[in-house]
Amino acid sequence: MTVWRALGGRGYLGSAWPWRAAAFLASGALLGAVVLVVLVSGAVVGGALTVVLLGLPLLVLTALTGIPVAAVERRRLRLAGVGRVPAGQHRVPGRPGLASWLTTRLRETATWRELAYAVLLGLVLWPLDALAVLAAVGLPLSMAAAPVLVAADGEAKVAKLFVVDSGPAACAVAALGLVLLAAGAYALGAVAGVRAELARALLGARDGDSERVTELVRSRARLVDAFEAERRRIERDLHDGAQQRLVALTMTLGLARLDAPPGPLADQLAKAHGQAGQALAELRELIHGIHPKVLADYGLHAALADAADRSPVPVDLGLELPGRLPGPVETAAYFAVCEALANVARHSGASRAWVRGGYAGGRLVLQVRDDGRGGADPRAGSGLTGLADRVSVLDGTLSLSSPPGGPTLLRVEIPCRPTDPDARCA
Amino acid sequence: MLLREGLTGLLSRFGHEVAAAVGDAEALVAAVAAHAPDIVVTDVRMPPGFQDEGLHAAVRLRRERPGLPVLVLSQYVQRAYAGDLLDSGDGTGVGYLLKDRVGQVEEFVDALDEVAGGGTVVDPEVVRQLLRRRRDPLARLSPREREVLALVAEGRSNGAIARALVVSEAAVGKHIGSILTKLDLPPADGTHRRVLAVLAFLRA
Repeated sequence: MTVWRALGGRGYLGSAWPWRAAAFLASGALLGAVVLVVLVSGAVVGGALTVVLLGLPLLVLTALTGIPVAAVERRRLRLAGVGRVPAGQHRVPGRPGLASWLTTRLRETATWRELAYAVLLGLVLWPLDALAVLAAVGLPLSMAAAPVLVAADGEAKVAKLFVVDSGPAACAVAALGLVLLAAGAYALGAVAGVRAELARALLGARDGDSERVTELVRSRARLVDAFEAERRRIERDLHDGAQQRLVALTMTLGLARLDAPPGPLADQLAKAHGQAGQALAELRELIHGIHPKVLADYGLHAALADAADRSPVPVDLGLELPGRLPGPVETAAYFAVCEALANVARHSGASRAWVRGGYAGGRLVLQVRDDGRGGADPRAGSGLTGLADRVSVLDGTLSLSSPPGGPTLLRVEIPCRPTDPDARCA
Repeated sequence: MLLREGLTGLLSRFGHEVAAAVGDAEALVAAVAAHAPDIVVTDVRMPPGFQDEGLHAAVRLRRERPGLPVLVLSQYVQRAYAGDLLDSGDGTGVGYLLKDRVGQVEEFVDALDEVAGGGTVVDPEVVRQLLRRRRDPLARLSPREREVLALVAEGRSNGAIARALVVSEAAVGKHIGSILTKLDLPPADGTHRRVLAVLAFLRA
């Protein structure tokens, strides 16, 4: 229920709403005054000290005032009955540390929008808040107090304009004051309602957008999951179907060769046998590329050791992993390293590659480095871009550094939790 | 299913008696208890989960009945699987082959006999993966000695190795002696030392 709705309902005057509206506006006025002082002093002192470079951090700090102000405002909006305003417009920094947090904050629009709101609050909104409270509460109260003042001092000033000095007149003013107080309660509610809507529109803004983005993120994750499930299904179908038949075929051909008398028939059989064997080998490689069994059975460590074994460029493997990690994380990390190793073999001209991996602070970190010529362009092939998408679905990051002349360094970071720390680790 | 029938036919044809042919890991363990066979041949992947039930069953059987020869067939050869299997006993009477090898019927039956006789047979594909790695203690071996060790791992006899490399059997014996020394293997009885050399090779 918002203050707006309450205004239309019965028993508004008797409810807590007028009090909440007054508290909302009064605290708004107070906050705005503080914000004004902070902003002005920050900008002035920071600007003045810029000459000696000391001012820059101060200016940055001032630019960030919008963040706490917006947080307080969002909480304050509850006073006006505006429900939870989503604050999820700030991005999560790519890595821990103050520097990363600062660059993320300074680069995103949410920070600047919140600063704009703080400026608006400091310059325009809080005087209005204060005026509304004074007009709707202060004036009627001072009028209601007229008889008391007249009795004490012999006269009372109403709104510093009219002087009342007789008892009956003071009583009339007091009655008028009470009526005005009731009317002021409605006015306060209306002002608070408008003010709250304005704050919500500016701070909780892009409601539709953020919902759509959340939905898009979810649907992307669903797509990746579906894609993954499909890969596993294809792998299983090929393994249990085509592959078994091919094995049986080579066995039958092998047996037939034993029975065939030497001659053209035996030669043809031998040829067919060889071709079936080749088809089987190719199918096996294909299935391995779709989804390696060792990854599902033994986890990332064994699968990466296998990938290192298969790489034409010698690979030095150093992994410190805590047992098993969630399936999607293992898959994304495995394919990222495989793609990196394939690129090392194809383009880098490297004579050695290093794969390093570890788990610390809730993140899986893998690095693939080579001693090649560098200059790799992630946009050139869709392989790495697709993998970066897969990693980002898991809230991870994939970065590539490849200056001309090398070395090329690929880094994958994925936040995750070990699923089974005691799992076997081959 | 298809493969099981084919394999049963193949083994019968080479004069082996197939005591039981079963479709899942539980039935396999039960059948071994019932028939006490000379050798068990199993696929890594088996119902109901089609994960690595067959391998687990093989490892379990080896633990419960030390010395029971087990030949495991797999669609993929992986050092990880080979390691689990070889660690399940003293490393004798174990075979780990790519499923494709059953197509090479005669060689397959030879490997089967080798395992049944207490030998160790590792798929050439695993051996090839291992040879691509250049790590101690194998780094101490000369290229020729690596070649010989790879063939030993495949379960070949000295005579077969000599024929494959076109050298005399005595030369093969000399290479094997030198491999054993370089891998710091104790001078014990011949067959067992060969197995140890293969294990050292796999774990390198």
